[in-house]
Amino acid sequence: MTQLPDGRFVDDEPFDPNANVQTLDRADLDAPNLVLVWRKFKKHRLGLISGIFLLFCYVMLPFVGFIAPYTANERNSEYLYAPPQSIHYYHEGEFVGPFVYPTVSEANLKTFQWEFVEDTTRPMPLKFFCEAGTYNLAGLIPTNRHLFCAPEGATVFLWGSDRLGRGVFSRILYGAQLSLTVGLIGISVSFFLGISLGSMAGYFGGRIDWTINRVIEVLRSLPELPLWLALSAAVPSNWGPVSVFFIISVILGILDWPGLARSVRAKFLSLREEEYVRAAEMMGASSSRVIRKHLLPNFMSHLIASATLSIPAMILGETALSFLGLGLRAPAVSWGVMLNDAQNLTSVEIYPWIAIPMLPIIIIVLAFNFLGDGLRDSLDPYSD
Amino acid sequence: MAILKYAIYRFGTMILTLWVVSILIFAIINLPPGDYLSNQIAELRASGQTSGVAKVEFLRKEYALDRSLTAQYLIWVGFIPGPQGFSGLIQGNFGWSFEFDRPVAEIVGDSLWLTVLVNLAAVLFVYLVALPLGVLAAAKSKTWVDYSAAFVGYLGLATPNFLLALIMFYYGHKYFDLPIGGLMDPSFEGEPMSLDKVKSILVHLIVPTFVIGTSGAAAMMQRLRANLLDELGKPYVETAIAKGMSPPRMLAKYPLRMAFNPFVADIGNLLPSMISGSVLVSVVLGLQTIGPTLLTALKTQDQFLAGFVLMFVALLTLFGTMISDVMLMLLDPRIQYEGREK
Repeated sequence: MTQLPDGRFVDDEPFDPNANVQTLDRADLDAPNLVLVWRKFKKHRLGLISGIFLLFCYVMLPFVGFIAPYTANERNSEYLYAPPQSIHYYHEGEFVGPFVYPTVSEANLKTFQWEFVEDTTRPMPLKFFCEAGTYNLAGLIPTNRHLFCAPEGATVFLWGSDRLGRGVFSRILYGAQLSLTVGLIGISVSFFLGISLGSMAGYFGGRIDWTINRVIEVLRSLPELPLWLALSAAVPSNWGPVSVFFIISVILGILDWPGLARSVRAKFLSLREEEYVRAAEMMGASSSRVIRKHLLPNFMSHLIASATLSIPAMILGETALSFLGLGLRAPAVSWGVMLNDAQNLTSVEIYPWIAIPMLPIIIIVLAFNFLGDGLRDSLDPYSD
Repeated sequence: MAILKYAIYRFGTMILTLWVVSILIFAIINLPPGDYLSNQIAELRASGQTSGVAKVEFLRKEYALDRSLTAQYLIWVGFIPGPQGFSGLIQGNFGWSFEFDRPVAEIVGDSLWLTVLVNLAAVLFVYLVALPLGVLAAAKSKTWVDYSAAFVGYLGLATPNFLLALIMFYYGHKYFDLPIGGLMDPSFEGEPMSLDKVKSILVHLIVPTFVIGTSGAAAMMQRLRANLLDELGKPYVETAIAKGMSPPRMLAKYPLRMAFNPFVADIGNLLPSMISGSVLVSVVLGLQTIGPTLLTALKTQDQFLAGFVLMFVALLTLFGTMISDVMLMLLDPRIQYEGREK
């Protein structure tokens, strides 16, 4: 700061005429798009928690055999409809570590039910990293090592057992494998169909657009479930569980694409007139290259968010189909197959724990909804 | 006049859509290899009852199942004459159910009306619940009212319909003494309409309506809330408040009317999922709608019955959507529908 002879003050800094142009309007936009989206997403607490939870669930899938104390179809004929057992730590005021009390089943000749009585005098500590039923780790490596299992002469049915004496807790873990992947496969099918048909309609326009648009309208105006039912009723009954699983996922995806195709088409209609598309075309890029390299990346993130929001519909769809007996079939374990047992109201009333699989369904669906909402809100980091 | 023209145009497109749908449905129904009768022939042959085969062969001819698929389709819809002349869906002959050995029309009978009734009640429920809750949630946004409404909404969206049905089934009976199963007291079945019968049907409707409508109401509520919040931020609202209007009056007079359009238009998007839901819920709750019939027909490959029920469900959806479109135009004269240019 210098004082001029006439008494005015002048700044010593050199004058930069471009200073105004160079300062950022929004100082927080100082990173690549992905980082900005992540920053905004982090603030969406519920979405973040749901995302972490879902990630955890999916990462766990290959290792469910290790976590579950029993294998999926291991029957325990002496413990049909055994009620949930709890794990105790203190026996008569003394710390023993995690243990269970052995239960004995007695027939009640008045109600004709098995009644299970805990023998609270003998604490039996759980075994860890023990050997029990054989399963395939990640579907590949056969092993019989489990995280924890029941001590000899006792059982560990954390959430009870079903009508064949299979542990509900273990079966829910195994069921997650199918119930959670059904949505992923379905959404891939729907994504593939939706993007290819939607972009074709939007990019080429004309007759192709008209035809695809009519198909979209017809499919969107039909109730999904009856069509799902009809399609899955057509699955031959002699197919193995794996093929049935795949075909059911494809069926779920095949009716879901119109919504996606519609939004892709709308975006394409507005984007295909942009200069950069013209430029690419003039330079001789093929249609498929323009679509893939220049147009789709514009709203891929938006598509991913809407896909996240439609996965729950597929999970619920699989559950509904299996519940009605037209989806996955018995040796396969999914949450819908398990709930098939809960169709009978009397058994739900007497053995409420066989309806437990509805809890993971609700939680997973909620988590996907929150995650999708969070993603959708944070996709445009440039808005305030 | 414009409205009439639009209604006619809309009706025309509905008929066209229905025609495309009929092809789709026929294709799906015929996906499984063989048909009910040829399966039966194979079964009879396997068990050595060759005398029955001739009769079934006769039936196959009678219902044109020995013709090509295209011909079968055209006969089924009634475009070309079959063995009994023109008698397809268009002529009002819905076909024969092999499983029940009775005409389809006789089997579905009353259940068609009950299906319409259940879905109508569910739509009404959606409006009655979503309107006040959505407005309340928007007016009191970011308070506990809003949050609890959002929570209930999310829960409604996430709970599978049939699970809700099971839960309601159980607790509704235990604590509120609501009747479970069926759409009327068994003693009224087949009886002519009377006041008591109507009363019985209404009481039986409570649980199914609630179950089918919940997820729809939740979605609708969220959308109304979002629309209303958008409107509430606009300057005309500020003007109205500055003028000294009381908030409830202001809300009802301006922003609500603006936010109302999507509310009506949405029922068209909602209907397919609600009708889907009603099929599933009917199976769980044992309602005498066409849901359980569809399930048996599909499982036994009873093609005419399954085809008709699917067609009916599609018609119901398309018709509902059409009504909602026409209503939207009545409600908001600013909307001009032109036949879309190619």
